Amino acid sequence: MKFNLKHNSFYPPFRGGREGLSPPSEGLGEAIVINNISKSYNKTPALKNISLQVQEGELFGLIGPDGAGKTTLMRILMTLLLPDSGQATMNGLDVVADFKKIRHIVGYMPGRFSLYQDLSVEENLNFFATVFGTTVEENYDLIRDIYYQIEPFKKRRAGKLSGGMKQKLALSCALIHSPKILVLDEPTTGVDAISRKEFWNMLKKLQQKGITILVSTPYMDEANLCDRVALIQNGGILDVDPPKRITEKFPRKIIRVRSDEMFRLINDLRKFEKAESVFAFGQFVHFTGINDEVETSELDKYLEKLNHNNLLVEEVDPGIEDVFMSLMQEASPGPSEGGEKKEYNI
Amino acid sequence: MNTEVNHNNLFPIGGNPDRERGPIITVKNLVKKFGSFTANDNLTFDVYRGEIFGFLGANGAGKTTALRILCGLSAPTSGEVNVAGFDIYRETEKIKKNIGYMSQKFSLYKDLTVTENIQLYAGIYGISSKKRKAKMAVLLKKLELENARNKLIASLPLGWKQKLAFSVAIFHEPKIVFLDEPTGGVDPITRRRFWDMIYEAAGNGITVFVTTHYMDEAEYCDRVSIMDAGKIEALDSPAKLKEKYNAKNMDEVFIQIAR
Repeated sequence: MKFNLKHNSFYPPFRGGREGLSPPSEGLGEAIVINNISKSYNKTPALKNISLQVQEGELFGLIGPDGAGKTTLMRILMTLLLPDSGQATMNGLDVVADFKKIRHIVGYMPGRFSLYQDLSVEENLNFFATVFGTTVEENYDLIRDIYYQIEPFKKRRAGKLSGGMKQKLALSCALIHSPKILVLDEPTTGVDAISRKEFWNMLKKLQQKGITILVSTPYMDEANLCDRVALIQNGGILDVDPPKRITEKFPRKIIRVRSDEMFRLINDLRKFEKAESVFAFGQFVHFTGINDEVETSELDKYLEKLNHNNLLVEEVDPGIEDVFMSLMQEASPGPSEGGEKKEYNI
Repeated sequence: MNTEVNHNNLFPIGGNPDRERGPIITVKNLVKKFGSFTANDNLTFDVYRGEIFGFLGANGAGKTTALRILCGLSAPTSGEVNVAGFDIYRETEKIKKNIGYMSQKFSLYKDLTVTENIQLYAGIYGISSKKRKAKMAVLLKKLELENARNKLIASLPLGWKQKLAFSVAIFHEPKIVFLDEPTGGVDPITRRRFWDMIYEAAGNGITVFVTTHYMDEAEYCDRVSIMDAGKIEALDSPAKLKEKYNAKNMDEVFIQIAR
C-alpha cells in the first residue's frame, strides 16, 4: 500500500492498517480504493494526488469545509466525472472502464436535491426502482424505516416536501436498488441539530445491514459518528484515522478558558505573549501556547490581573475541530491565494 | 489580522443586555398564515440595540418567515412589528434602508469584481461617491484586499468572500444586520474569524440578528430565541437557558425544546 498523504510533522506516519477501527466489520475487503487521484478545473486543482481506502461495511466520513474537494472526489467515484490522473475502484470495479457496472452497485445522494420535483413521492420511488430493473416491494425492507415517515405524503409532489422529507425521499431513492456502497454528499448541511442526529441514526442502521457508506460533511462534530474519517482541505488529505485516534494522537496541549466576559477574554488571550492560537469554542475559548509551554496557573494569574470574573482555566482533551484547525494552519496555503495562510495567524 | 476591536458595552455576554438602550425591534402578537397553515403563531419579543440576537429553530419552525417579515419583504397577517423605528406595514422602504442582510446563499455577485460589488451596494443604498471612495479604501485595507480589488468574486477563497459579504452588508452603516446562516459550510477557522467581525460590528452599535445551525455559535449570542412549530418556546441568554433546562451546552437546550 502506498500513501501519499501530506504529513503533519507531529504525526507518526499513517500505517493504513485497520487497527483501532471500530466496530470491526465482517468483510475484510476494500470497498473503495482510491490511488493518486488528481483533478483540476481549468488550472485550479480540486484534488491533489489523493489516496484513500474504505473497508467493506465501513461508515467512512469525508470531513472538510466547502471547496475542500469532497464533491469532486465523490463525483469521480460515482463515475460522473473523469479524474485527470490516478485510479479508483468500487468493489473492485474501475471507475472509468467499468462505469456501467458500478452504477448498479452504488447509491448516490448528491448535495443538491435532484429528484423529480413534479413527480409525487411514490412516483419518484417507482421511477428509480424501474430504472434499476427492480420494484419497490422487492427492496422495501431496506427502506421501510425511512420511507414509512414520508409514506403519509406519498401523493404529494416531491417539490412540495419540507427539507427533512425531501432528504428521506432522496435516501429512499438512493437505496431502492439495494446498493452495496452508499455515497452521500453533505446530507446534513443546512439541517437542524435534531434532524441531523436522526439522519445519522438512519445511517448507522443501514451500516448494520452491511452497506458500505461514504458520507461527507462540513460539521466537524459529526466525525465522531464515523468509523474512520479523512480530514480534507484544499484538495488534500490532512489525516485519515478513526476519529478517536485522530484526537488521541494530537500532541498539542489545549487549555480551555471561560470568564464572564467572553469577547474581552478572547482579545486579552490574544495579547498574551506566548499565545499561538486563541479561538472561541462554544462557551469556552481554546488556547494553545507557543511550544505548549504555557501553564494553566500562568494563564490564570494573567487573567486575574485583568479582572476577569468567574474564571475557569483547565487543560482539556482536544476535539476533532481543534485538530482540524491546527492541521489547517500548518498545511500549505490554498491553491488560489498564496497569502491566505497569513490571515489564520493571530 | 487587526483585532483592535471597539468594546461592546453590552458585555458580559450571556445575560446582561443593556435594556436601557431600548429595543430596536419590537414584535407584538405577530401572526403569519399561509392559507390554513400558521407559520408564525403569535410571536412577541424585543431585540435590544447593539445586542447579538440568535434566532434558532428546527427546519420548518418558522424562522425564515419571521426573518422575511422583519426585513420588510413580507407583510404579517396580524400583529404589530416595528423595526429600527419604522412600521412594518407602512414603512417597509425605510426599513430596508436601515438594515443590512447577508446569507450564505446570497451575498455577492460572482461575476463582478470586489470593487464593483462594493460600488453596486453603495449605489443601491444611495451613498455619495465621495463617501463611498473614502470608505472603500478603508475597507479594502482592513480586509487586506487592496491587491485583489479588481479580481472577480468567483476567484476569491471562501473565507475572503465571507468577510467581504459581511462588510458590504454593513457598508451603509445600518442599524440592524440580519445574518441568515452566514457560516454554513465554512471551515472552522474562517467561521471563528467571521464571529470576530460580528463582535466588532456589535461593538460599533450595530444590532446583529443571526440564524445558525451551529450550536456552538448560539453560545456567542447575547440572547437566543428558540422557535418550534411557529412559536417562540424559549428566549434568554445562553447562560440562563442552560441553567433553566439543566443542560451542559446549547445543543442540549435546543434538543430539549425542539424535539
